[in-house]
Amino acid sequence: MRVRLSQIAHTRSGDKGDTANVGVIAYDGKDYAILERYLTAERVKEYLGSLVAGRVERFCLPNLGALNFLLYESLGGGGTVTLRTDAQGKTYGAALLGIEIEAGD
Amino acid sequence: MIRIGNGQGFWGDWLEAPVRLVEEGPLDYLILDYLAEVTMSILQKQKLADPERGYASDFPPLIGRIAKQIREKKIRVIANAGGVNPIACARAVLEAAPGLMVAVVLGDDLFGRIDELLAKGHAMRDMDTDQPLSSIRERILSANAYIGAFPLAEALATGADVVIAGRSTDTALALAPMVHEFGWGPLDYDKLAAGTIAGHLLECGAQVTGGNCQTDWKNIPDLANIGYPIVEAEADGTFVLTKHAGTGGRVNLDSVKEQLLYELGDPARYLTPDCTADFTSIQLREDGENRVRVSGIRGGERPPTLKLSISFTDGWKAIGTLVYTWPDALEKARVADAIVRERLRALELTFDEIHTEFFGVNACHGPVAPPVHDPAEVQLRIGARGHDKKAVDRFTRELIPLVLSGPPGATGYGEGRPRVREIVAYWPALLPRGEISTRVEVFA
Repeated sequence: MRVRLSQIAHTRSGDKGDTANVGVIAYDGKDYAILERYLTAERVKEYLGSLVAGRVERFCLPNLGALNFLLYESLGGGGTVTLRTDAQGKTYGAALLGIEIEAGD
Repeated sequence: MIRIGNGQGFWGDWLEAPVRLVEEGPLDYLILDYLAEVTMSILQKQKLADPERGYASDFPPLIGRIAKQIREKKIRVIANAGGVNPIACARAVLEAAPGLMVAVVLGDDLFGRIDELLAKGHAMRDMDTDQPLSSIRERILSANAYIGAFPLAEALATGADVVIAGRSTDTALALAPMVHEFGWGPLDYDKLAAGTIAGHLLECGAQVTGGNCQTDWKNIPDLANIGYPIVEAEADGTFVLTKHAGTGGRVNLDSVKEQLLYELGDPARYLTPDCTADFTSIQLREDGENRVRVSGIRGGERPPTLKLSISFTDGWKAIGTLVYTWPDALEKARVADAIVRERLRALELTFDEIHTEFFGVNACHGPVAPPVHDPAEVQLRIGARGHDKKAVDRFTRELIPLVLSGPPGATGYGEGRPRVREIVAYWPALLPRGEISTRVEVFA
């Protein structure tokens, strides 16, 4: 079975220079295991495609039922340099909500 | 227990928020976070033009507005409103609210010490690119060290009604009153980490009380009257995140978790001048309506270096738009983009980047955006940047001609030719703590 991330989690994103971060939080703590198993850094990097020029790094916060992704080189130079509308990656969390992941058997 | 409320998540945040925080319920400390990374460069430019400017100009009139309330209720104010001119800020506060006692924390501003520090052998390399600061020496606009909670607590110890800092960290504004009231020391790592995480929850204002919250957003009540966040802090390092009764918004586990994840790096190593905070130790539970209790936080020692916030000029940029409508809105915008690029190529101008977005189709989400079929209108948005100002200026001349010389029906060119702006970029670096010494001055 596959689910859209928006069905089981909410997100928030922000910036640090040319790196954006996306926090992904399970609505229900029992779905955290699905996130941890299937929402890998590789899947996120593949899904976001050309939005992220650099690598994607993942950190786990099981105490909050959450994952934190760092998207390197994803803001066109970041801060005041970038030419993008979403200069600070404010909408990247919403972008990730469309990803489909496995949700068990 | 002390109550700390944040009335400003950035310079430009809702002007009524701090006034309502002091009026609508009990509060001991009002904190205000005014400084973003590039704000210092704007303020430094203002100070160079006028030695009495260079601070957050919203702050003195705010204190004028709330002076009576904070006196009566004994609410103390802590703000990084000083920018690059905290003493001028203090003078303006005393003009707006005579009779208050104001303490200023000095020592973070390194703009006048850059050559001295370079000569001592501090390379102050860009933490992202590893380039030495000397490579941009002549383009530096401002240089400040992020200072922590202890200098601010020292300022509170003077008994001042208002404490003004320059480039303090956002989290220090919240941690300082805890250090002051509870007598926490530099080795109380767990407590300092708890106060730091309280500060992280407070620092973006209403972004933790239901603002910018995805969960059930359509049903979050009364965002027009959203309550700004309050931490009820205990001496043992536990705290409750809440807001005043009767205000709009919503505080629950979801709103608090979203803010905890905001602008987070490695969650186990959140570095501040005061400690290392471990976000993987945080325990949350709901504690009544619009109340979340936070406990279990662990911390570690502070880093041996302080982070620097340096700004410098890094070229020029301009962004322009044209709007095309149905039929064939997207095709028209794509053809227009191709024409602009061809004309720029023919001029043999050099840019660092030309970036095109089709607003309404893929501007924010690029390849992830769901497909749009036959949109009613599309905004073509083209930006150019580079170190040749003449090239960027010429770019700004290449959009409007398309109204007459490109695909049919171009409109929405706004106020004409786009403005060329100088890029002020940010240079994160580290410096050994020993190079920074802060001091407190009192004005009354």
